[in-house]
Formats: sequence, C-alpha cells, structure tokens
Amino acid sequence: MIEVKGLRKNFGELDILKGIDTTVEKGEKVVVIGPSGSGKSTFLRCLNRLEKPDAGSVIFDGTDLTRASEKQLNKVREKMGMVFQHFNLFPHLTIRGNLTVAPVKLRLMSREEADSRAMEMLKKVGLEQKADSYPNMLSGGQKQRIAIARALVMDPEVILFDEPTSALDPEMVGEVLSLMKQLAAEGMTMVVVTHEMGFAREVASRVMFMENGLIAEENEPDKFFGSPESPRLREFLSKVL
Amino acid sequence: MDAFLQKLYETFIVDDRWKYLTEGLKTTLVITFFAVLLGMVIGFLVAVIRSTHDMTGKMKVLNFISKIYLTVIRGTPVMVQLLIIYYVIFSSVRIDKTFVGILAFGINSGAYVAEIVRSGIMSIDRGQFEAGASLGMNYPKTMLWIIMPQAFKTVLPALANECIVLLKETSVAGYIALEDLTKGGDIIRSVTYEAFLPLIAVALIYLIMVVGLSTLVGKLERRLKRSDRG
Ligand SMILES: Nc1ncnc2c1ncn2[C@@H]1O[C@H](COP(=O)(O)OP(=O)(O)OP(=O)(O)O)[C@@H](O)[C@H]1O
Ligand SMILES: [Mg+2]
Repeated sequence: MIEVKGLRKNFGELDILKGIDTTVEKGEKVVVIGPSGSGKSTFLRCLNRLEKPDAGSVIFDGTDLTRASEKQLNKVREKMGMVFQHFNLFPHLTIRGNLTVAPVKLRLMSREEADSRAMEMLKKVGLEQKADSYPNMLSGGQKQRIAIARALVMDPEVILFDEPTSALDPEMVGEVLSLMKQLAAEGMTMVVVTHEMGFAREVASRVMFMENGLIAEENEPDKFFGSPESPRLREFLSKVL
Repeated sequence: MDAFLQKLYETFIVDDRWKYLTEGLKTTLVITFFAVLLGMVIGFLVAVIRSTHDMTGKMKVLNFISKIYLTVIRGTPVMVQLLIIYYVIFSSVRIDKTFVGILAFGINSGAYVAEIVRSGIMSIDRGQFEAGASLGMNYPKTMLWIIMPQAFKTVLPALANECIVLLKETSVAGYIALEDLTKGGDIIRSVTYEAFLPLIAVALIYLIMVVGLSTLVGKLERRLKRSDRG
C-alpha cells in the first residue's frame, strides 16, 4: 500500500533521513521506535508529504507522492489519516465541527451525511456526548480520541500516529492505546511512532528501529524484542524496557 | 456667566451653526465607516498574500506588489496620500470628495490592517495548517476554514483599535475641503472669530467617541479572553 524507496531528507546541513526503504502492506501495523532525533517524525511526515523528501519516492496506491500534483496529493491525504502528538484539534470548532469540516468543505459528504458519520465515529471512540463541546473543554485523552475520530471520519486506508500518547498524563495513556488496539483489531493499517513498548509487542505486525536516519533493524515483535540482532538495538531496548 | 452664555449662543445657535458640527460628524462617520470596510478588505487580502508567500513560497508577484504597497503607505503621512489621491490621481475628473476620502483612508488603513492580520495568521500554531493538510484540505481551504477564524479572533481587539485610530486620522480630510467634524469646527471659528468653544466642542465629540469605542474594545477583549481559556 505504501512503498518507500531510497527516501532522503535533510534540513540544511543536517541529513535526517539517509535512505529509507520499506513497504507497508494493507492491514499491517508498523510500529516505529528509536532514540530522540533519529528521524521518526520526519519519516512519518514524509509519508503524507507534510515534509517534502529530497530524494527517493513514496508510492501510495500507485501514486508517487514526491511527484504528485497538489491536487493528487490532497486526494491521497484524504485516505491517509494522521494523528499528532499535540492533537491539533481546531479550537474554534465544536467537536462535531472538528470532525465534519474536512468532509463537508471538500464536498465528500453533505452536511447531514457528515453529521451522522461524525456521530458514528464519536460513538466508536466513546465520546458521543461531547459533540457540542469545544476542544478546550476536554481532557488530553479525550482530545486524542477526538483526533482519532476526526481521522476516521474520512474513512482512511491508513492512519499515521506520531507519538499519540507522549503528551498525555499517564492516567490517560491507557484509553488512547486501547482505542488504537481496537482499530488494529478491526484491520486498520497503521504506522505508529511511539515509546510504548507494550503496545508495540502486543499490536505490531512489525517493529522498526530507526537510528541516525536509517532503519537499523525491523522484525516481527517476538523476534524484535526477544532476539534483537544489532548491538545498538539491544542497547536501546535495555534502556527503555 | 452671561458673557459665556452669550458666546455659546453666538458659536452654536446663531444661524444654526451647530449644524456644521452635526453635518461634519456625519461626514466623519461615513468616511470612517466605509474606509474601515475598504481597509479590512484590502488588509485581509494583502495579509493572506503575504503569509501564503512566507509559508509556501507561492504568489511571488502579488507578494512583491503587496510589499511595495505596505512600504509606500506606511512610509508616508496619510495627509500626503490624501492630497496625492485628490490633486494628482483624480486631478482631471470631477469626483465626490467623500468618495476620495473613503478611498484614501481605506487604502491607508488597509496597510495597517494587513500587518495586524498577518501577525494573527503567523500566531496560529503550524500544527493547525498540518492538521488541515493531513485531512486533504488544500491551502486556501485550510486558510479560510481553519486559520482565518482563529486569526481573526486573535486580532479583533487590534483591528478595533485600528478603527479608532482611523476615526481620528480622518480629521485631516479638511485639506481637500471635505467638511468633516474638524472642518466644521474650524468653519465656525472662522465666522465667529472665536476659537475656544468650537474647537473644544470638536475635541469633546472625538473624545467621547474614542472613549466609548475603547470601552467597547476593552469589553470585547475580556470576553474573548474568557472564551478561549484552556
Ligand atoms: N523543520 C525542521 N527544520 C530543521 N530541523 C528539523 C526540522 N524538523 C526536524 N528537524 C531535526 O531533525 C532531527 C530529527 O527530527 P525528528 O523529529 O524526525 O526526530 P524524532 O525521531 O521524531 O525525535 P523525537 O523522538 O524527539 O520526536 C532532529 O534533530 C530535529 O531537530
Ligand atoms: Mg518525533
């Protein structure tokens, strides 16, 4: 579904991604871990081209995003949800507005369709009673669940998560992770950058260790955590586990 | 006391001289109102052009024109701009002076509005653009439905203050013989040879309007603060 070939990205002098090759298949749950600054977010943001790669290609359902027109790109993004560390909900809109603004303004749904789809997704994340609240009235965990619902309303083929629980108080991490587990169980294709090793073990179909702008090692979770090959990964795991 | 009342009578009552002030006030308000509207339209357009260019590198030509506009307008006195528009640009056409006033003050105000709105757009977290983009919304849609409503709310008090500034600045309209409030007072002075009363009256009217508007802006600010707690 997503094919990444020779992906490179630099910010000025800094080479952040130094040639990433990987493929995400439909239904896969790829968890990306690695030390801070290793390029995990940059990698994720290249997948939906929030960052423009300097070389290589990202091919989503046959469209090369590095060469796509603006129009094609936006079409692709409709099908590629993203959940941010800091939620990035729209503070001036109600929860319902947050969920419906894109499908309505993009003319993918009528207002009524969007409203009913939004309610459906709010039920799914267990927050239907918050439809008329504003984001600033919600807890962090609730905000992130709304952000996930906002992505879901678009009926995406894949959702990218960039440290979705890192900005949350510890007691709220669980509710977001369990929602993500539910999505995984329903077959959603997911690429998740996270420090939650328990989640990686339990949910991932493949865990990817990024270091210094490269994928240093990737494997299914049992082998990844059970018998890491590179000393670097072993060292990293010994620190975080 | 009698002498004072006598002066009041001569200044405002004789020949219905108070009408210079009420008519002048009307002109001042009309010019201010439409100049504010024009300034908002120009200002928002220029702000969007400038910030779009800053963020995406597009609209190079429009951005260049906008920058010249901002530099010229903010780098010259509004009175000179008024005189140039009236005596140079419209020198050979007969044209309604009120319209010229609206045009001059609107174009002038637009430059200040543009910078206010631009600062508002720039104050919005990048994450908002990214959230819009990640949902497939293109730049103009994100701008219109996500960024602008937030930016507008942020800069509303500053915009309201700009209106107050504009109200006062229109007092130079008399230089193209527009009979605004200031000019009205000045006409009375020139017929009664008495400067104190008409000019103080003019000052008081401005002061009351400005203080009134400022109070409203203050209220607005407090309400906006309350509504975006958290
Ligand atoms: N827009 C940018 N301009 C310049 N440098 C950037 C930019 N974005 C990221 N970087 C730098 O690129 C490097 C990799 O950043 P990235 O956010 O991808 O790391 P990360 O693996 O997600 O780290 P973290 O775990 O801290 O989120 C960092 O050193 C960061 O400072
Ligand atoms: Mg990161």
